Amino acid sequence: MTQNKTALIIGANSDMGRAIASQLAEEGYDLQLAARQAEERLDRAATDLNLRFQRSVSKLELDVCATDSHAGFVESLSPQPDLVVSVAGLMTEQTDAQTDYSQAKAMIDANFSGLVSLFEKLAAQMENRGSGCLVGVSSVAGDRGRQKNYIYGAAKAGFSTYLSGLRNRLASKGVHVITVKPGFVNTAMTEGMDLPEKLTAEPEEVALHISKAIEKQRNVIYSKPIWLLVMLIIKHIPEFIFKKLDL
Amino acid sequence: MSKLRKIFGWGRYPKQEGIELSYRNEQELKALLEKHPQCIARGGGRAYGDSALAPVMLNSKRFNHVRAFNADTGIIKVEAGLILADLLKAFVPQGWFAPVTPGTQFVSIGGMVASDVHGKNHHVDGSFGQHITELSLMLANGEIETCSPTNNSDLFHATIGGMGLTGIILTVSFRMTAVQSAWVRQETIRCDSLDAVMDEFEQSKHWKYTVAWIDCLSTDEEAGRSVLFRGEHATRAELPMDKSNAPLTLKPKRKLNVPFSFPPGVLNRWSVKAFNELYFRRAPEERTDFVDYQTFFYPLDSIHNWNRIYGPKGFVQYQCVIPKARSREALQKLLGMIASAGEGSFLAVLKLFGPQDGMLSFPSEGYTLALDFPAKQSVFALLDRLDQVVLEHGGRIYLTKDARMSAHTFRSGYPALKQWQQIAAEHDPEGRWQSTQSQRLSIHPAARTLAREEHTQHDSE
Repeated sequence: MTQNKTALIIGANSDMGRAIASQLAEEGYDLQLAARQAEERLDRAATDLNLRFQRSVSKLELDVCATDSHAGFVESLSPQPDLVVSVAGLMTEQTDAQTDYSQAKAMIDANFSGLVSLFEKLAAQMENRGSGCLVGVSSVAGDRGRQKNYIYGAAKAGFSTYLSGLRNRLASKGVHVITVKPGFVNTAMTEGMDLPEKLTAEPEEVALHISKAIEKQRNVIYSKPIWLLVMLIIKHIPEFIFKKLDL
Repeated sequence: MSKLRKIFGWGRYPKQEGIELSYRNEQELKALLEKHPQCIARGGGRAYGDSALAPVMLNSKRFNHVRAFNADTGIIKVEAGLILADLLKAFVPQGWFAPVTPGTQFVSIGGMVASDVHGKNHHVDGSFGQHITELSLMLANGEIETCSPTNNSDLFHATIGGMGLTGIILTVSFRMTAVQSAWVRQETIRCDSLDAVMDEFEQSKHWKYTVAWIDCLSTDEEAGRSVLFRGEHATRAELPMDKSNAPLTLKPKRKLNVPFSFPPGVLNRWSVKAFNELYFRRAPEERTDFVDYQTFFYPLDSIHNWNRIYGPKGFVQYQCVIPKARSREALQKLLGMIASAGEGSFLAVLKLFGPQDGMLSFPSEGYTLALDFPAKQSVFALLDRLDQVVLEHGGRIYLTKDARMSAHTFRSGYPALKQWQQIAAEHDPEGRWQSTQSQRLSIHPAARTLAREEHTQHDSE
């Protein structure tokens, strides 16, 4: 009998994390769910996935921003995961982050610098082994800075660029890196926002999209795919016009 | 911050301005209740009319974990937002099926409780409520209460079929049905008249599942011609080789989609008549085959957004039940009126219910007829006349399908309403649980003024 594959989900307590965990469990992965206050907050999700898909599911304590803990966290993973999906992220009010640097820093750490620390350690393990797949959920917000969310966007831009470089580095080492850029997704993060229906995805849709990207070894995906076109247009608006837009 | 949106049920009629908020755990739900004095729970959004519409709707879709399952007893405990399709996808491969299922698998388990849904096995197994062992609810005062047939039984029985008007259903424990395969052994029988199909129902009463498609546009000798389907969960032993090797797994199927609303008028007397003729003629006089559970129970689920075929104005579904002793004469009248109005639909369904005694639950012993119509004035007038016939024969209309009946029709059809209202008032003295439908039909005894306050509050935000 072959050993089941194992997937580590970083940010498993989010709507997107749950959707991806569920998708991967259905495909037969054993799961390592990681989040803050894991024991308490992941309890229902772990029980649910175990009962529905009869896979082994573990709850792991992890704070993306607590970089000192990352080496120990990655060493303690048993088994080492075949697949890592990070959906960790934080979006606070842009205007608050403008006046209060601690809020800006929290976003930069959760969306970028903390993940750099964590991904380097996970990547090193996979590189040694010569196999594995790392999936980072970034955002279309990183494709161009807009006044409504440019601090969040800048952190996501950093993460996207980081993933691009990591992919380049690991391409010859048997390790694949996927960048996922969702547009609007109906999650706790966007609850109550008035989002355009045709551009807004359910977390389950994004999860399915990510699973296909893993299967097909895609490099960068937009989810929904229409966002590729939307961002292509947005990226090509000349700066002298763009700066005057209310975006 | 929250935006008002136009929200509607599966029939896309009526449309309601409101906000929809979701919760992930009990604490989030409690916080929402503190902010919104009046609201209604909403699950899969498959109630046809206005049962799950209100200015403030609390959506359970993120409160959908399986909490516990005992493979010895088959009892499962789930959060109310779990969608039936997700339950079946996970548990059919483990050899378990829902004890009762409606005609779509995209309903929430909470909605199945609130509507006390019935299935093709009602004459054998009763409605969904009869398989529930325990419920927990968040009551109007924010407290969590557990109830069962033996503990707090008034609240338990008032919640089953209670349209979400006793509290927000949190968890549901119920007994699943063990199955050996994901397949159903189906027999198809063509019946040339109403009498013929009613006889066939009687002769099929030992089959677990029975249902008939009925042609509502045929007249004279052909009036009531039908195709009856009866089925049993297939045992592993009786399955042909290609299916019995992995009897509990199905290959994923392709889905069709209706990408936009059809223009009004595509469905008319002639196009429906042509479809019905074809459907009836295509059915064999008698045939046995093995069909997967999705095809047998959810034929329309394979066409995404089929509700768009009625166009932007939407449609209404009409479902009544007539006591058995008077079913034949009532059905003859109803079918005659529908055929001569020429407003029948593709999806007309006839089914014989077994005995049941609930408060607001729909099923009771007799024949139930369900069909849909485009939402328009001439149809509403026809439906009012059908209501008349239903009441004259001691019948009632299904709340979960309804968008238009009068408060009088409702009260006449549900004689246990007073008893239900007493229990509901005990747990919700101020009437905080209100849907557009509960207000339209004055289901809840409490004041209606709160709704207006809530509305103006949002207008000013």
